[in-house]
Parts: sequence; C-alpha cells; structure tokens
Amino acid sequence: MPELLVDYLPLVIFIGVSLVIAAALLVAPFIIAYKNPDPEKLSAYECGFNAFDDARMKFDVRFYLVSILFIIFDLEVAFLFPWAVAFKEVGVFGFWSMMTFLGVLTIGFVYEWRKGALEWD
Amino acid sequence: MAAAAFFYLFAGITLASALMVIAAKNPVHSVLFLILAFVNAAGLFLLMGAEFLAMILVVVYVGAVAVLFLFVVMMLDVDFAQLRQGFLSYLPFGAVIALMLLVELVLVVTTYIVQPGALKGPAPAAPSADALISNTEALGRVLYTQYLYFFQAAGLVLLVAMIGAIVLTLRHKAGVKRQDISRQVARTPEAAVEIKKVPFRQGV
Repeated sequence: MPELLVDYLPLVIFIGVSLVIAAALLVAPFIIAYKNPDPEKLSAYECGFNAFDDARMKFDVRFYLVSILFIIFDLEVAFLFPWAVAFKEVGVFGFWSMMTFLGVLTIGFVYEWRKGALEWD
Repeated sequence: MAAAAFFYLFAGITLASALMVIAAKNPVHSVLFLILAFVNAAGLFLLMGAEFLAMILVVVYVGAVAVLFLFVVMMLDVDFAQLRQGFLSYLPFGAVIALMLLVELVLVVTTYIVQPGALKGPAPAAPSADALISNTEALGRVLYTQYLYFFQAAGLVLLVAMIGAIVLTLRHKAGVKRQDISRQVARTPEAAVEIKKVPFRQGV
C-alpha cells in the first residue's frame, strides 16, 4: 500500500468508531425505549394549540445571499493554501499575483459592504 | 489490496447515493445523498493520491455548496405531490442530455482503449527535483506563476459571482429602523429634549 494512504489509517479508524457509536445511538431507542404512540403524542407540538401550518415553509432568499457570499470567500481561502505552502518557491512574482487576486475580491467585498448585503434588514 | 477494497467501497457508495439523489422523493433527502456522494468522491480522490483535491472537495463542496443547495431547496415551495408531476414532460429533454453525456463517455473510453497516448495532455509541468513534495505544494508552485492568467480569471469569475448574487437577490425593506450607535452616543440633551413653557389652563 502506498505510503500516502497509510497516513490516513487513523482517519479510517476514527470514522469506523464514530459510525459504530452513531449506529448504536440510532438503533438503541428502537430496541430499548418504551413505545405507546397515539395521534396526539405524534402531532407537532405547538404550545398547546393546533399547528397553524406546515413546518416546511419557504426560506427567505437572504439566506441564499449569505451562503453564496460564504462560498466565494471559502474558495478564496482554498486558493490561499497552496500559495502559503509553496510561498518560498513562487517568490515575489507569486506574492504579487496573489495580492492582485485578493485585490480583485476586495473590490467585491467593498461593494457588498457598501450595498449593505451584510446587513440583515 | 486494502486500497482496492476501499476503492470499491467508495465507488459503490458514490454510485448508490448518486442514484438516490435522483430517486429520492424529498428534495432535502436528495441534497443529503448528494453530500454523501461528495464525501465518497473525496475518498476516491484520496485513493488516487490527490490529497489537496480531496480536502477541497470536503471543505468547499460539502461545507459550502451543499449548504447552498439546501437553502435553495428550502426556498422552493416543497409540494411533494406537485414535484413529481412534471417528470414525464421533462423526460425527453433529460434523455437528450443523458444521451450526449453517454456519447462523450463512450468516446473517451474507446479513445483510451484504442489509442492510450492520445489523451495525454502536455507533459506535466515542472517535474520537481525532489519527488517527495506534497501535491498541495506541487499545485502552489505552478498555479500562481505559470498559470497566472487562469488564476486571475478565477478571481474575476468569483467577483462576477459575488456582484451577480448581490444584484439579483439583495432587496432592502423600506422603512427599517436601524440602530446607529454613534448617532445615539452623539445625542445631547439640547438636541433631544425641548422644554416648553405651557401657559396656565391653555395647553400646548
């Protein structure tokens, strides 16, 4: 087996252990717990009165905006990792290349700040 | 041996969860299966030695893109009975796209079998002096210098995506009162309170 994959053995063990624990916690209630369902117990609990509406309501479109702005900065950070690792090799040219990239995204950041996209209301 | 076992495990779960993405009735379940497919694809990348790509797949696709999909799905009015109705009318269109994809796959595979040399790209850039560099470093050595234009183009694409998302979805409510701390602190009694002399038995 290649050397690289041996490094990931602890990760495999970790995932295996967490799978076992999660499965145990998921299955145990079905086996152990006392079950006596009736319609009132299974209905949605809403402070004593009947549920007004379905729980699956539409989300506000602003969540989408927050999430897509997060993705963009997430990708920006993803580009930073190889740059930081190879910083000594890429030299001054690589440094300014990354600064230009960050500058372009800073323009977008200033735009969204000024437009108030980071404000909730 | 173990690597092969893990390959079949990851590949099998990827295919099964990809199937469930299109088969699941509830779109939210589809997104969760998509996340499972992403994680297993990351495992496949790892088996090929592409560590950086695997980690980025987990961070960007699982951490961000899947959350975006989840929001988009929740933004839709999820009416499960209605969602299944359009299936037959979209079927020809989907079939055409699937057919195109199939043709492309067949072309790639037959080229790979008939003429293995044809698919080779330009020689791998900068074969490093020491073979022991990680592939994150190998990427970093060429991405910011040799492939500068692609890198800067990626930055511009991200800028366009950012501005496009803001232009399309940002709506400010009219008449929202925000708290402005500096204005509150700068208020003085002279500006805020007005003292009036009220004549007796006449009111203001």
